[in-house]
Amino acid sequence: MSVLRPARLAVVLLGLCCVVLATAALGLTAGPSPVGARDALHALLDPTLGGPAADIVRGIRLPRVVAALEVGACLAVAGVLFQALLRNPLADPFVLGISGGAALGGVGVLALGGGLGLGYAAVPPAAFAGALAATALLFGVAGLRGRLSSTTLLLTGVVFNAVASAAIIFLASLGGMAEGTSIFLWLIGSLASAHGELLGWIALLLAGGLACALPWARALNLLSLGEESAEQLGVAVERAKRVLLFSTALMVGAAVSVSGLIGFVGLIVPHALRLVLGPDHRLLVPAAALAGAAFLALCDTAARTLLPGRELPVGAITALAGGPLFLLLLRRQNRRGLLP
Amino acid sequence: MSERLALRGVSVRLGERPVLDGVDLEVRAGEVVGLLGRNGAGKTTLLRVASGLLRPAAGSVSIEGRDAGALRRRERARAVALVPQETAVDFPFSVAEVVLMGRTPHLGWLGFEGARDLAVARAAMERLGIAALAERSILELSGGERQLAVVARALAQEPRLLLLDEPTAFLDLRHRIEVLAHVRAFAAAGGGALVVSHDLGIAARFCDRLVLIARGRVLAVGTPAEVLVPARLREAFEIEAAVLAGPDGQPVVVPRALA
Repeated sequence: MSVLRPARLAVVLLGLCCVVLATAALGLTAGPSPVGARDALHALLDPTLGGPAADIVRGIRLPRVVAALEVGACLAVAGVLFQALLRNPLADPFVLGISGGAALGGVGVLALGGGLGLGYAAVPPAAFAGALAATALLFGVAGLRGRLSSTTLLLTGVVFNAVASAAIIFLASLGGMAEGTSIFLWLIGSLASAHGELLGWIALLLAGGLACALPWARALNLLSLGEESAEQLGVAVERAKRVLLFSTALMVGAAVSVSGLIGFVGLIVPHALRLVLGPDHRLLVPAAALAGAAFLALCDTAARTLLPGRELPVGAITALAGGPLFLLLLRRQNRRGLLP
Repeated sequence: MSERLALRGVSVRLGERPVLDGVDLEVRAGEVVGLLGRNGAGKTTLLRVASGLLRPAAGSVSIEGRDAGALRRRERARAVALVPQETAVDFPFSVAEVVLMGRTPHLGWLGFEGARDLAVARAAMERLGIAALAERSILELSGGERQLAVVARALAQEPRLLLLDEPTAFLDLRHRIEVLAHVRAFAAAGGGALVVSHDLGIAARFCDRLVLIARGRVLAVGTPAEVLVPARLREAFEIEAAVLAGPDGQPVVVPRALA
């Protein structure tokens, strides 16, 4: 009888750690001026090492790779948690409009907070508050009790995102941000202007989110039998939902405050993992953190290197990959008669 | 301790509407009790109260002599298992994984299943004849097979009280008899079972006692022969029915017209 054993968990997670290291190495070495793996390693290990290669690796690429790893992990884990809580494999923080709420919070503080003396450090808390508000709104509108139908999911997501984008542009105009490309990067999602000083905070939020979510991983399995069955089997369903939605808001807020609206990572990564590893959340949640990190690091390296001499926003790449997958999943649900 | 479940004067309100009104009901060890009544009579609500999912507005619920409200979740989940009418699973868990979910109240804090959990789950699947399906995705099964998996999950919980809400509504005749035979075997081993059913024939054949409810109140309690009489059926179901004697002496209800 195939069942998750701790040994399998350890082997899979160790394997994924190796993948993360490999994608990070690629991100540090690849670029307009390639750096050898040995030189990159030296630059990392010896902070006193000077020279252009060391400056590029430490000063430019390392913060960016770390940002990609953190954001990818946050978005993928949030995706897994939303899918389990809403009992719909199409749920994703971006599709649901939760990322939109977070971005609205972040841009709001940037546009209007200057007068209050709020700097960039105020962005993560504001993005977290935005994500939390969007989650509350989603539950309020959908009158959520158990499963979220795909129709409601799509409709609320479309409206949330449209309203959030409009409000972001409005706020940015008010705050005089619309001239530059920064608003464009918030809306499409990019790591090009990831603020290095936030990365420690983001890591902390990611760790906090994971620490909240992991003890409930088995409860997430039970939730897919329905809330009443889970409750009857001894799961404190209401507490589980509160803790887990709090942790998704933490992670979405963290991700969005460094990268803006990167979409579909929370859809692609969990879906691929479920195909390979099965649906057990005890494995899926930590695996999503690692695989999401690796996936976004890879996408960001592609964004930096695909077009010589210029850079794509990474959100465009994930959307190009994720959009078709979303439609495919929707079609499969349709065929199985799971809609609306 | 022979009493598995006791409801005393249980009332439940949904807004202004009373759903259950002063219900008394008992399930003793070794017996299968059938719960009959029209749609909306309060059967499912009664099961939710008995399983601890719903607190009654008035009255008391005790499980094995202890107040249900005072039981910890885990204790309650070890004592009582519930098989809902239908279980929709959203992710492709294997049948074995679904059955192992029944072990939840018995697991240690790390939440990994041990050798005994696997053995109990395997035995439950073998008992229900679905061992061959263990590795199949629950999403690929027919409705009947899925329900057998859910019953196996409830048995893997090793409860002492089994609550079943129309467990056979979507099953063919063979599967119906199979599920009820397993419920009987569960009772024979010392458990108590409360089964909601719309199938009066199955209820008469497999239950020791029947409880007939209408509009939230208990109309009649007793053996199938005592409960399934034309006057009671007219009152509870608003139908005219003839009651014949079956081959084993159990009553056979033949519905004839609206009352």
